[in-house]
Amino acid sequence: MYGLGILKGMWVTLTHFIDSYVEDIKWLGRNRYYSKEGIQHRRSKDTKGIFTVQYPEEKLPVPEEFRFIPFLVYDVDADGNKQDRCTSCGICAKVCPPQCIWIVRTEDPVTKRPVPEPVDFFVDVDICMNCGYCAEYCPFDAIKMDHDYEMASFDRHAEHIFNKEKLSKPASYYAGIRPTNYNREETLKAEEAAKKAAAAAAKAAAAAAAPPAGSPPPAAPTAG
Amino acid sequence: MTDATTAAPVEQSELEKRFPDAVKADARPGYAGFVVETSKLVEIATALRDEMGYDYLSSVTAVDYYSDAPNAENFIEVVYHFYKSTGGGALVLKVQTPRDNSVVPSLTPLYPGADFQEREAYDLYGVNFEGHPDQRRILMWEGFAGHPMRKDWKEAFYEEEVKPFKNRWPEGQVYRIEDRNPFNKNNKYPQGFDPVGFKETDDPKLYEVLERAAREYSEDIDTEQVVVNLGPQHPSTHGVFRMAVRLDGETIVALKPVMGYLHRNHEKIGERNTWTMNMPFTDRLDYLSSMSNNFGYALAVEKLMGDKAAPPERAEYLRVIMAELTRISNHLWAVGFLLNDLGAFFTPSLYAIQERELILDIFEATTGSRMMCNYFRFGGVARDLPEGVYAKIKDLVFERLPRKIDELDIYLSENELVRSRSEGVGVITPEEAIAFSTAGPVLRASGVPYDIRRADPYSIYDRFKFDVKVRYHGDVYDRYMIRIDEMRQSLDILKQAIPDLPGGAAGGEVMNGKNPYQVRVPAGESYGRVEGPKGELGYYIVSNGKGNPARYHVRAPSFINLTVLEKMCVGQKVADVVVNLGSIDIVLGEVDR
Ligand code: SF4
Ligand code: SF4
Repeated sequence: MYGLGILKGMWVTLTHFIDSYVEDIKWLGRNRYYSKEGIQHRRSKDTKGIFTVQYPEEKLPVPEEFRFIPFLVYDVDADGNKQDRCTSCGICAKVCPPQCIWIVRTEDPVTKRPVPEPVDFFVDVDICMNCGYCAEYCPFDAIKMDHDYEMASFDRHAEHIFNKEKLSKPASYYAGIRPTNYNREETLKAEEAAKKAAAAAAKAAAAAAAPPAGSPPPAAPTAG
Repeated sequence: MTDATTAAPVEQSELEKRFPDAVKADARPGYAGFVVETSKLVEIATALRDEMGYDYLSSVTAVDYYSDAPNAENFIEVVYHFYKSTGGGALVLKVQTPRDNSVVPSLTPLYPGADFQEREAYDLYGVNFEGHPDQRRILMWEGFAGHPMRKDWKEAFYEEEVKPFKNRWPEGQVYRIEDRNPFNKNNKYPQGFDPVGFKETDDPKLYEVLERAAREYSEDIDTEQVVVNLGPQHPSTHGVFRMAVRLDGETIVALKPVMGYLHRNHEKIGERNTWTMNMPFTDRLDYLSSMSNNFGYALAVEKLMGDKAAPPERAEYLRVIMAELTRISNHLWAVGFLLNDLGAFFTPSLYAIQERELILDIFEATTGSRMMCNYFRFGGVARDLPEGVYAKIKDLVFERLPRKIDELDIYLSENELVRSRSEGVGVITPEEAIAFSTAGPVLRASGVPYDIRRADPYSIYDRFKFDVKVRYHGDVYDRYMIRIDEMRQSLDILKQAIPDLPGGAAGGEVMNGKNPYQVRVPAGESYGRVEGPKGELGYYIVSNGKGNPARYHVRAPSFINLTVLEKMCVGQKVADVVVNLGSIDIVLGEVDR
């Protein structure tokens, strides 16, 4: 029958239409909108009815791996001082595909050896393609991708090259947005530190047993 | 996998026997195929097509072998990849031509699919194709000075020959990139060109072609023909694309696609980049299916790197799972927007996009980004599935998507309006489809069962049971139906791959060894191709052993499929143009590169 295909199709639209009300009735008394579980439900495999999210009143939760603009991680030591994790090794600047990272490294005026902490660190966030390479390849877990995607500003000419100050965030922030990654890295680090300590202890023991060696075993490097 | 570029040896020796003087096996280490005398190219290509079954000219591109060292042997090489439409590996021919006054015979009369690709080589490399029916620039505009893919050409914001740039570290001399590129100050024009007085109608070459086509078109009644430009402002929401059409009443007499509005010289960027840096750039080609783009590039580079970059089992499965999910999400989009083009404004496309969103949720959870996935690495994938994602994929593939694709099918496929609007429209015969080098759904909807996953299997596709989907009418309706078919086929593959995933939900090894930030790629050439959602996506790369590709070419299915657009449209009504374009399913990020 001519028109049967159209009718079948319209039936599909009708079910979608009715579903949106049925769903709302099913959720009576619970919050289908403006609530965490409501949003979760709307993104699940069973979602029916209204699918969209009313941004900015409602926001989709971002998954842990979500990446948007890098930030620099610093640790806070026992005295409350900031300790940059970054060692100015330059790997992130070398791997960055659009080349939007600039790192200023200095030398110690006395020893002429490079100082690990960068003097300054810039990311041009207009150029950054959010690829995540800097975070992926940094050997010191010093640069990580952020979750904050609401960063519109009024002046892109003046404000879109982030410097070290603007980029730096504490490790606790990192632990908050990426708990799984953070814990995995900390466990790894702890294991490695334990291994090193064991090796140092063994060496010290050997040194103590043998005739006195020249220098005491090197102290374990500071975190980062 | 390492020597997949070498073709069947029978034809090789046969070719050498038949043309002993004109054909030389390419002896450079890491290279394959034949270097052919320029004067004999047409003859050899004819023999290939008519006698040896190599009827499908997949890729035509040029390579600039250039060094500014004194006495360096500088030349341009044009590289052709031929395949049999019945399956099998490539036969690669190369011709070499001087950089100045280059002349290469055009293969367009033999293989019409070479049309746009030769124009591209002319545009970007300045290779002259003798006998090309319509040799014009294609991606750059007429007022462009120089040929931007040549090694000695420098962009306006040029910094250094290759990345990483030296001033980033350790001095960190920061500046805004935009300030380096002051508009107007560093633009070059060809001699005698007046940029201020330039008018669109001053594009005489384009209109001349249209006129020529009109002269060939004969009508008994002498009616006035008009030229209409559809676009370039999103002629049908597919992106910034223009079609110059010549109309006789409402009937299309000639049509020429005009593109390049989104051109960013992706390949030049790729040759300045290191090997690793290119991966996120491939995401930006066909931005609806970044995983497939990653796949092709990873394959091409891994071919050169050999066994040390062979991905572990789990990574192979993850690659296939992601690529097939990408195909579904791409086809959902394609079907939805085809319906838009047909006039069913946005209800069907939003139903389709809703499902795509759920797939993108998986990508986002795994890779960190919904569209710019940047997930593949040489020798594996960037990271394992996070907790809970395996279950999510399972839920979607086994429960929701089959139901939803059926729903879409019921919703649209039998709709009488859809059918009367699309059946018999834009018909492409199988012979035309092959000759025009169409790929993917366009080729298969015309009755050619050619699918690289079967014809020339890569990764682990040979482990799965699936039939190549094919439809036989070659019209818009079949190009719509084939996409529904392929979504079901992808689900079938996924249903086999997901339970077999080594390590399952628990996880496992996804990288072969460490993931270094710099890779060493041995010198040589390779062509990696995958069956992307839009067709054959190929990467032709040349390495000279350094940290950056010497040549990085993308065989973009959206771009090459457009070659057949005029054929589809001529003789039909102007209203069908938009539908035909929609049925090809292009993404301008990939067309323009
Ligand atoms: S952020 Fe990491 S990779 Fe970049 S310079 Fe610092 S330590 Fe090196
Ligand atoms: S995310 Fe990518 S583009 Fe952005 S700073 Fe890091 S490496 Fe560069």
